[in-house]
Parts: sequence; structure tokens; C-alpha cells
Amino acid sequence: MNKRSVADLRLGERAIIQSFNDERMSLKLLEMGCLPGAEICLDGQAPFGDPICLNVSGYCLSMRRSEAATILIE
Amino acid sequence: MSAPTIALLGNPNAGKSSLFNQLTGLRQKTGNFPGVTVDKKSGVWPIDAHTTATVVDLPGLYSIYPKSLDEQLVSDILANPAHPDYPDVAVVVVDASNLHRNLLLFTQVADLGVPTVLALNMLDVARQEDKDINATRLAMRLGVPVVRINARNGDGVDSLKKAVLGQMQTPTLPGKLFFDPANDVSALIADTKEKYGLTNNYLALQYLIQHDGFTFLDQPQQQGLDALIERHGFAEIKFQANETIARYKRIATIVADAVTDKRPAGQPTRTQKLDRILLHPVWGYVIFGLVLSLIFQAIFAWAQPFMDAIDAGVAWLNGQLKESLPAGPLTDLLTDGILAGIGGILVFIPQIAFLFLLIALLEESGYMSRVMVIMDRIMRTFGLNGRSVVPLISGVACAVPAIMATRSIGTRRDRLITILVTPLMSCSARLPIYTILIALVVPNQRVLGVFNLQGLALMFLYLLGLVSALMAAYILKLMLKTKERGYFIMELPTFKLPRWNHVGLTVWESVRSFVWEAGRVILAISIILWVLASYGPGDTMQQAETRVRRQYATSSASTTDQNEIENHVASERLEASYAGRFGHFIEPAIRPLGYDWKIGIALLSSFAAREVFVGTMATIYSIGDGGSDAGVTVRERLRQERNPDTGGPMYTPALAWSLLVFYVFAMMCMSTLAATQRETKSWFWPAVQLAYMMTLAYGAAFLTYQILNQD
Repeated sequence: MNKRSVADLRLGERAIIQSFNDERMSLKLLEMGCLPGAEICLDGQAPFGDPICLNVSGYCLSMRRSEAATILIE
Repeated sequence: MSAPTIALLGNPNAGKSSLFNQLTGLRQKTGNFPGVTVDKKSGVWPIDAHTTATVVDLPGLYSIYPKSLDEQLVSDILANPAHPDYPDVAVVVVDASNLHRNLLLFTQVADLGVPTVLALNMLDVARQEDKDINATRLAMRLGVPVVRINARNGDGVDSLKKAVLGQMQTPTLPGKLFFDPANDVSALIADTKEKYGLTNNYLALQYLIQHDGFTFLDQPQQQGLDALIERHGFAEIKFQANETIARYKRIATIVADAVTDKRPAGQPTRTQKLDRILLHPVWGYVIFGLVLSLIFQAIFAWAQPFMDAIDAGVAWLNGQLKESLPAGPLTDLLTDGILAGIGGILVFIPQIAFLFLLIALLEESGYMSRVMVIMDRIMRTFGLNGRSVVPLISGVACAVPAIMATRSIGTRRDRLITILVTPLMSCSARLPIYTILIALVVPNQRVLGVFNLQGLALMFLYLLGLVSALMAAYILKLMLKTKERGYFIMELPTFKLPRWNHVGLTVWESVRSFVWEAGRVILAISIILWVLASYGPGDTMQQAETRVRRQYATSSASTTDQNEIENHVASERLEASYAGRFGHFIEPAIRPLGYDWKIGIALLSSFAAREVFVGTMATIYSIGDGGSDAGVTVRERLRQERNPDTGGPMYTPALAWSLLVFYVFAMMCMSTLAATQRETKSWFWPAVQLAYMMTLAYGAAFLTYQILNQD
């Protein structure tokens, strides 16, 4: 089965970050607080569904869907 | 230490700039550019009777590993103790409501061995979220002084003074590194330290990972580090990822000890509620559209009364001077040359002030980041980035700071494209030209009850600039291929009330620099122009005058108005002057656009800066006027100007629109070209910019004139 990523979350859904599938992107995401084991919630999305707004450890992070697809969830 | 350097560091939106303003008051060396903190600002902070520190406000960043150019500046300073801005004490400003993430940068800075003070800001926000922070316990766990401050009202600045002085006299550093790379790659770190004479393990790691971006390392040094990495088989990215995770683990235990969080889970905050409307698929755009139209309303309608007052004031002053001063070339220079030129610029202070005020408010409140989010998808279609919105919107004020604001765009190609198209956005220097020409040919009347026709015409010109910027970006996107991946990962700040002093400062700075920068150029050009327009080769001007006077003398002189004769004499003299000759020389090139030699002079002189155009027109028409009615404004003079061929008004709609369109596209601003050169570090890109924009301007103006001039 294919692993789910943050890009697959439905609005309001919560998940736990498991790992990353893009090494370079993961550096940036880690620094912004997207850590393995942290809870992430899809808070909203821009018109046309992209970029999306995520809530990670209490603050709002915005990224494109293609970037969210590199964050795998449990 | 007589003049220590204090650096302010922190995540974006942690309150660095507020603290900077609190510490330095108005004793700042360089103003903040509108938009974001793109460049280093420094100011003077008298800490005590003996110590006056230089405070440097560095760009906000999340970690010591830079992701964009302005972040690179910070690690280049912190890794190089020989740098003139290397801090004696670093004050790391953190957002207490988001301590966890904010401490990442702090632990990195502390590990570099810089004496550090932690400034806990936004405690009020943390308290609202039911978070309580024990500063003493935090200080014990971190091993550095921790100070509670409120950067907005200045609370805690005295304690900060004490802590900074303390760190200056006897620096206390955390006992051991928060993250010691020698635990994992000890041999590599030891080799690096030995070869480069370093004592700090973490600094050695920075040399290894970041040496390509460090300007203080020469090429052999950088190659030496590459060799070391290869010899030890060091996996940089993996190591860096592990470092971040390890740091967050350490931070988690510290935060768990020092912070009590009693927030009930799952409560949406005020910001989240607002975001639901502002990022809404429909309402998001509606609100953004309303905000934009508010900006146009302000700069066109609300600024008008102030502009009229200044306009009338300058005209009155000009009249007074002409009456009271003895007539002669010096008085003419002062009134027709300098005052007419400068007056043409002073008029636009209200519009510029309104524009910068509204942009500063959008930036301050946190709304600008939402604009980036809702615009990213659309911008990407054109090869731009959500972050390009800030340069594009700031470009409405001035392209120079806008081009500098592109430094926050991490992707090279996105950044280059943004730089190249930003000058197509109609900057405030074009406003004077737009306003005067629109007032000449567009009736001041309402349509559909609410819209002002002149306002709509102005809006059309701005949209024309925007659309052409997007089109140009799209073409560049097709031409510039790259393998580099663009990204858009951004924190959305919480909504805050604007800091009024900060807004005020931005407005003041922008108006001051507009008047000062433009004023100096205009003063110089006004004087040169006046000389060129008042003197001609040999006695050709005298001959022209005699010829005209003889003409009138032979015709039925008694019936001719004396004023008319004087005007005719003056305009013949102008035509025979050096400036007139220049104008005639280029006339063949601009005839197809509908321009005569007078406009040609203005066109030529505005190559340095567009705002010179109006000043030049003012000077030329004042001189050409024979000085008969001194109190008349430039706009009136243009309206009275006759076309010698048709006898009708010179400024027909076809001519005015041709000029308007020309200035929408024309790249007539030395400072912008210089900024492009500085930011791209090449002369190629400014040349490209100049060439494509001038071609566009000439072509569009030609088409406009030829189409409108049909009948």
C-alpha cells in the first residue's frame, strides 16, 4: 500500500508525522518544526486548493501541495 | 570596550524590529525599506553613561543554515569573528508563545560561542494562550541570561541593559554545547579545527557544511574543506537533519521544564478564525480586491485636496518671488528653473505618503503573508512565486526597495524573473506623469454613481503595468530553463495590531528619501535645463526674437495683444536655444509617437529618473511662457499649449495616452538599473531589462498614438 502523505489529508484531519521522502526538503521542514512524531493538522487551503495551511506544534505553516507530499504520515 | 556591537537575532516576526526601534529610537543609520527587513539596519543604543553600543538588526531566520540570500548574510557574520559586524553580544529575540521552535536558532547561536542574551518577547500572547514561562528556570537550563521584555511598549529594556552589560564584562556561556558534532564525527571535526585554527566544534561544522556561502573563505580554503568532506565520507544533508532532530529533543526537555501549558486543546485562535475568511476561496479574493481598490482610492481621491493645496502653495510662492525679486536671469533661474522643477515633485508627497502608509499597514498586520498564500497558485502560472507578490506590490511604491525585497525568494530563477519584471509595476515616480496627463484628457466625472472616471483611468494604467509584468514573467519562464526546484514553505504570522510608530517611521523615511533623492536629481537637472533653455549658440536666440518682433511690427501691431507677442517671442527663443536644438534633433525619432520637440526635451532629461519628466515640463513651459502669468500651475500651462500645425490643443487624447503608455513600460530609472545590477551581480540583466522595456514602451506608444489619432 502506498504511504499517505500530508497532501492527502482532508480539511480538519489530524495526523502524526512519520518520515520524509525528500532529503533536501526535509531539512527546511525539520527546521520549521515538522518533526517525526509531531502532530500536524490541515487547517485550510488557499483558493484552488494550493498552497495549504498546516498547524504544526501550535503555529500555522503554509506550503505547496507538492511539498506537503514529501511529509509521510502514519 | 567603548563601542561594542550588539546584534539582534531571531525568527521572522519575533519582534526584532520593534525591539530595535525601542533601543535606538530615531538614532538609526539607515532606514528600513518598505516591505520586509531586507538589509542590515544599524543604530545607536546608549546602554549606560560610559557605553554606547551599535545595534545591528539582522534579517529574521529560523536556523543558522540559510535558505535565502538575506539569511546568508547572518551566517556569514556569525561564523566570522573578524567581520566588522560580528557581535560582542547577541540578543536572540524569541516569541514566547512559540518557544519550542524559536529556541532552535538560539541553541545554534549559543553553540557558536557568541555571548548571548535571550529576550523573551510576546509573553502577553503566551499568557492569552494559557502558557506560563518560568524565566529563571529557563535561564538555568540554557546557561545564559534570560530577560522578559515587551518590544512593543519597551517593558524590560532596563533588565536587558543589565544583562547585555553583564555578558559584555564577564560572558557566561552554556557549559557544554547543545549539540556537539564531535560526538558523531570527531575525527573530521578535529581535522577541520586543526587545519583552520578553530577552537569551537560547532563553528568547525559550519565551515564544513556552509563553506560555499562563506565570503570570508578564499577558494583554496573552500577546496580544502571539500577535500576533508570527501576524505571522511561526510554526508552533509543527513547530518544536518539529525542535528535538527537532536536539537529539538534537547529543547523539548528544556521547554517541558520551564513552560506550563494549560491551554485547552482544539480551541481555534483569533487568527485561525480570521484566516478562515481571509483565505476563503471567494471571500479571500473579494477582500484582497477591496484592499487594492482602497489603495487606489486613497492615492487618487483622498490625496487630492492635499495635492491641490501644495500645488497652489508653490504657485503662490512663485508669484510672490517674481514680484518681490528684481527681474533678471537669477530670479528666472530660481522661479522658472528650480522652484518650478521642485514644485512638480512636492505635489506628490501626499500620494506617496498614502501609498507607503497602506503598504506598511498590510505588512505590519500580517495580512501580506496571506496575500502570498492566496496568490501563489496564480503567480506560479507565470513563473513567479507567492513571495513575488511583495516585490510586485512594493513596486507600486518604488522598484528599488522592491528589487531588494526579492532577496527573501529562495529560488534563483523565481528571484531573477521577479527582479526583471518588477519595474513594469507602476511606481510612485510615474504617478506625477499619470496624474497630470489624465487630468488633461479624462473628464473629472462620476460613472455608475461611485467611480471617478479619472480614478478608473489611473487604475487601468496600473493594471496595464501588472498585466505586462505577468506576461513578461511568463515569457521569461519559457526562456529560462532550470533544474532547480522552487519551494514555498512559510510561516503565517498571527494577526497583530500595527505598531504605529513603526508605520510612521516607514512613511517618513519613504517620503524623505523620495523628496531628497528625486529632489537632488531634479535640482541639478532643472539648473542645467534652465541654462540650456536660456542660452543658444552665438546670437541665434537674439536673432529669433528680432525676427518675431519685426513680424509683429510689420503687421497691424496695434490690434495684437502684447501678451501674445511676449509668448511668441519666448517660445521662439526657447526653440533657438540649446535645449530646443536637442529637442529638434531627436524629434524625427519621436514624431511617430506624436511628440514634439518640447516633449522630446522632457523625455531625454527623464532618462535619469522618470519623475524628472514633470519637473522638466514645468521648467520648459514656464520658460516658453514669457513669464506673463506666473501663478499658473503646470497643468494649466499644458492645457493652454496649442499645436502649431492644427491650432487645436497640443495635448490631444491620442498624444496624452501615447505618453501615458510610454511611461507605463519605459525603463527610465538609473537607480532601478543599478539595483538590478547589484542584485544579479552582472551587467547583462540590467541591459536585458533596459532593452526589453524600452522596446515595449516605444512599440506600445507608437500603436496607441497611431490608433487613437485616426480621426
